Amino acid sequence: MMAAKSNFFNAEERTFRLSLSAIALILILILVGIFCTLLSASIPSIQASGWKFLFSSAWDPVTNDFGSLPFLVGTLLTSLLALLMVLPFSLAIGLFLGEYYTEGRVSQTFKSVIELLAGIPSVIYGFWGLFVLVPIIRSIETSVGVIPYGIGLFTASFVLAIMIMPYAVSITRQVITMVPRHLKEAAYSLGATRYEVIQKVVLPFSRSGIFAGILLALGRALGETMAVTMLIGNTHSIPHNIFAPANTMPSVIANEFTEAVGTIYTSALIEMALLLFIVTAIVNFIGRQIIKQFAYDDK
Amino acid sequence: MRNLIIALFATIALGSCGNGQKGDNKEAQANAEGGILGAGATFPYPLYSKMFDVYHNSFGTKVNYQSIGSGGGIKQLQEKTVDFGASDAPMNDEQMSKSPAAIVHIPICLGAVVITYNLPGITDAIKFSPDVVADIYLGKITKWNDKALIKLNPGVKLPDLAIAVMHRSDGSGTSYVFTDYLSKVSKEWNDKVGKKTSVDWPAGLGAKGNEGVTGMVKQTPGGIGYVELVFAIKNNLPVGQLQNKAGKYVPATLQSVTAAANVELPADMRVSITNTDAADGYPISSFTYVLVYADQSYGGRDEAKAKDLVKLINWMIHDGQQYTQPLNYAPLPTDVVKRAEDILKTVKFGEKQVAI
Repeated sequence: MMAAKSNFFNAEERTFRLSLSAIALILILILVGIFCTLLSASIPSIQASGWKFLFSSAWDPVTNDFGSLPFLVGTLLTSLLALLMVLPFSLAIGLFLGEYYTEGRVSQTFKSVIELLAGIPSVIYGFWGLFVLVPIIRSIETSVGVIPYGIGLFTASFVLAIMIMPYAVSITRQVITMVPRHLKEAAYSLGATRYEVIQKVVLPFSRSGIFAGILLALGRALGETMAVTMLIGNTHSIPHNIFAPANTMPSVIANEFTEAVGTIYTSALIEMALLLFIVTAIVNFIGRQIIKQFAYDDK
Repeated sequence: MRNLIIALFATIALGSCGNGQKGDNKEAQANAEGGILGAGATFPYPLYSKMFDVYHNSFGTKVNYQSIGSGGGIKQLQEKTVDFGASDAPMNDEQMSKSPAAIVHIPICLGAVVITYNLPGITDAIKFSPDVVADIYLGKITKWNDKALIKLNPGVKLPDLAIAVMHRSDGSGTSYVFTDYLSKVSKEWNDKVGKKTSVDWPAGLGAKGNEGVTGMVKQTPGGIGYVELVFAIKNNLPVGQLQNKAGKYVPATLQSVTAAANVELPADMRVSITNTDAADGYPISSFTYVLVYADQSYGGRDEAKAKDLVKLINWMIHDGQQYTQPLNYAPLPTDVVKRAEDILKTVKFGEKQVAI
């Protein structure tokens, strides 16, 4: 009797585990599937351009001469600039909510505002940038003495920074609240001030988590399309100053794919997507390594 | 056991990589849905929606048109997922030879591209010569008070302002027509840049769509851009006067655009009429086409379907023309209507001509 029952449970246990594994595998299949599709569709372009695709800054659909360097540079520059702009804010707000106002009305209000920011569609950020930010940037550009286009690398990065802030902030806040109480209390009992606790205990303990949050934000920044394409100026050249117009990989794909005629042209755009895929993967990988290095040694 | 499953799934994943499966069932799908399915250019979309709506109410045939862009329209037709494609630019020889069967072009109406600008305090329409437009877009003329512009516009106080050049960032038929024109009037443009839906622009900024270009021009003092005539009329934009091949400054109106088509046209109508020889014609005008297979007996279609399609297109070039002007599209000249009808008469079902 007992044996039969445990057999039954074993079978149930096994089917459940199997179905879970199968469903989890779908995730991997999707990833591999996307990679394979991109790879097979970019073969004509890889054959036509070879390594030149990575290092050339020509992008000429008329002569089928394609190089992705300006777009690669544009994508990395906008994302990194946005990260630099967002870092002090996400750290400050994270500490504010994770250390000073952990609960209560203030913290609730802030949390819902941040969630709301994350929920705004990117095209709205683009419009806001175009109608509010661009005139301001234009007047700055006039006073600095560069061509007052108003749109360009800086404007796009600025809006991108606002867009990725919610992600960076919410993870930073969570990580900071997760710092064990006994560590902080131990520091206080030794006579540390609040600032010292933050500096010596909270930040060292949470830095790998904070970095993870930034990384997640970077992932989003790399792939952001709509708001960036509205504000970056869509110029196929490597930007020579921070206000110069540029272009990014997602933006050129979105812009040109619908009207791309000819095998090589279409394929070059798909190869660009493949490159974006790989760049995102590399950034993630590097991030993981850095998180490991940064991780607080508890032992 | 678990390893086995992982291996199994991995095999499936890798297996699916190689074969680019073309859905044969797509063809069947297009036919089964009933009605006529079309896809292509976004430029004539407002006109086509109006035409197809009226047609549905008068004849009961439903037409489903997806404005996915000219390039997409041509691709869909080549894959036989639609009954007709629509394109602003005629298919080139390479595209024609890559198509599975002969395709005919039937012009439906005309469109034009105009030059708009933002010069604070100036109300006169600025005059442009073809060379000046080309030099501005080549980045060679960079100031509004350039000698060449002053010479064309005596009496206009052109400011000492940098020209902020705007072009389309998205691939577009409008860009094709504009660069096609520049390639004809400027040898340097033809050699250095060429014509396509997207090109490697030597100067300026890209903005998405007609509305994006307009927005950027409106916001930037000294801005210049090119947009569709329909869009410029609807939004009351300042429009530059452009000198045509005969040397006349012809304002861009529906009449002057229609007049641009009054030239020698080839039998298959695959022609660019930019920089037209017609003395009264506006120089950046172009046809927009509907594309269909010359032999309609493909992919298991029946003759009734072919008849419906031909009847629809015949209606568009005749009765349908009355809807062009109210929507700011230029109608076909009567001579071109006749020519379009001749092309439509060559459409066959197997050996038989499809009755109009």
